[in-house]
Amino acid sequence: MSGHSSFESNNAIVKWIEYRLPIFSFIHSSAVVYPTPKNLNYWWNMGSLAGVMLVLQIVTGIILAMHYTPHADLAFASTEHIMRDVNYGWLLRYMHANGGSMFFIVVYIHILRGMYYGSYKAPREILWWMGIIIFILMMATAFMGYVLPWGQMSFWGATVITSLFSAVPIVGDSIVTFLWGGYSVDQPTLNRFYSLHYLMPFVIFGVVFVHLWALHHHGSNNPLGIDRKGPQDSIPFHPYYTVKDLYGMGVFGTIFAVVLFFAPNYMGHPDNYIPANPLVTPAHIVPEWYFLPFYAILRAIPDKLFGVVAMFGSLLILFVLPWLDTSKVRSARFRPVYKMLFWAFFIDCLVLGYIGGKPPEGIFIVAGRLATALYFLFFLVLPFIGWFERPKKLPDSISTAVLDSGGGGAPDGAAAKAEDRG
Amino acid sequence: MRKFFLIAAFTALFASPLATPVALAAGDVEHPLEIKWNHGGVFGTFDRAAVQRGLQVYREVCSGCHGLKYIAFRNLLEIGLNEDQAKAIAAEYTMIDGPDNEGEMFERPGKLSDYLPSPFDNEMAARASNNGALPPDLSLMVKARAGAENYLYSLLVGYSDAPDGVTVAEGMNYNPYFPGHQIAMAPPVDDEAVDYIDGTKNSKEQIAKDVVTFLAWAAEPTLEARKRMGVKVVLYLLILTFVLYLVKRKVWADVH
Repeated sequence: MSGHSSFESNNAIVKWIEYRLPIFSFIHSSAVVYPTPKNLNYWWNMGSLAGVMLVLQIVTGIILAMHYTPHADLAFASTEHIMRDVNYGWLLRYMHANGGSMFFIVVYIHILRGMYYGSYKAPREILWWMGIIIFILMMATAFMGYVLPWGQMSFWGATVITSLFSAVPIVGDSIVTFLWGGYSVDQPTLNRFYSLHYLMPFVIFGVVFVHLWALHHHGSNNPLGIDRKGPQDSIPFHPYYTVKDLYGMGVFGTIFAVVLFFAPNYMGHPDNYIPANPLVTPAHIVPEWYFLPFYAILRAIPDKLFGVVAMFGSLLILFVLPWLDTSKVRSARFRPVYKMLFWAFFIDCLVLGYIGGKPPEGIFIVAGRLATALYFLFFLVLPFIGWFERPKKLPDSISTAVLDSGGGGAPDGAAAKAEDRG
Repeated sequence: MRKFFLIAAFTALFASPLATPVALAAGDVEHPLEIKWNHGGVFGTFDRAAVQRGLQVYREVCSGCHGLKYIAFRNLLEIGLNEDQAKAIAAEYTMIDGPDNEGEMFERPGKLSDYLPSPFDNEMAARASNNGALPPDLSLMVKARAGAENYLYSLLVGYSDAPDGVTVAEGMNYNPYFPGHQIAMAPPVDDEAVDYIDGTKNSKEQIAKDVVTFLAWAAEPTLEARKRMGVKVVLYLLILTFVLYLVKRKVWADVH
């Protein structure tokens, strides 16, 4: 839906370039006049924020890489060198470490927004897939990045997570040896993780490009989840959404700055300020917070292989979400049953995250299994909801819904007045 | 604006329960005492006098067993010592340098660029002198323990007799704040363990508080720069965000 190019210029140089490489009309059609639904709410800010975070991580990461040494004997000390001796090194490292967490917060909200408003449904299935691929690549990147300071949690987290692959039948142990580059997490592991940690963000960048390509083909979904009927339902991306995104970046940047400057270690684990020691296992090995829900699912299954299958399954099941959801209505605003189910799923994810940070003992084992079952139950009941749920009546168009609600940008009112379909 | 607070609150809600994965080991560990630290809070700065007293405590008490390898003598200029004082302290240490032109290692007095020497040559030597226990390096101790300053302070002042029914192993000491309650380190500070140069009363609590303040500085010498910059950045972003909000409203006034 990228607007056909209405780009014109009188500048001779611009015209010369444009004739040979139509880059100006490309930017013009995809970031200036690009028609965007007029009713997007603030949850739609997360996409541009995620893009900004990716760039910030790459920039800070490249500078950190100039001062970091990927060697088992030097990595921890070089991290402290960055913190103490490199000009503004503390700022760069805290920005990068907390930036990772903030990136995940943004992406989790982005994913949940997509689920709530049914953004994964036709014709945006491939757009959704690209998002999941980005998410999985992000998890791999973050995991390997956390290993680099070579603290206790780096080392033992790496040991636990890479050991998961030993659950693969027959070739499991060989895979683990291959990943480690030896018979334990050691220098070769650190060195290759460093290399891959540097590579992955650029791979993510590539997938983000495809994600945006798919997005711009049909345009954004919107809180009503209905297709645009005509030009009256759209506004140009610039200035409306450029300024709205900038405002969102201001708010997000302020929250980020508060964490970065006043609680930079809050989301980290104190054990990672202890140098890695293969002979001393920490009392509780916990991954970074953004992995905790998946860590809880892994530990909920008493069998190692099926635990690993469940953990990866909890991610991969997202790929088939567009087909598990049989409802024709996208937005949860018009789907009373799905709406409840969604919030139950959301709370379940928080519970899983909480349990993932607790030692696997007593009540946490039972709760972890229950929460894991509920996680998958969400996807299992989803197809049936689409069949028996009676959605509320959809508004005729985005403009009518916006007008009906008095222009307040809260079109729920339109939905509330409408009679149930059927 | 209202919606944005909603989103901000949602973000906080989303992050907070997940962001406290720090599992304190052994559930029966005593909760650390709550001490007010001068370097805590948004505008916190290190109490220079306390840091300097803490340096004295470290040198006279801790350094017998614990290293501080990420601190160089030049760093002491940051806690208010002048160059002559820092050089004098460095010169009290003997460093091994070399090889010289004959290929021999030689001894020389410490310089500002030297790092504080560790008390033992290696882990084996440290364990041999400490009943098998390894006294950890203290450079990052404040950041490497859940509870941070409060935990270290509590540990230092919290030694007590073992309760009835608890047998303390040979060479171990009872401390309710330590995970497992049995710690190899003997009570390190006591009243009058150090005679302060500046005449401050040398109670056990004062000594503990000073040395923990010193270790907090050692763990993060850039803390003050971070907080100073943070105040400016947050203020700047608040104003910028407010302006962007006004621009957004103005631009969007004709939509709907």
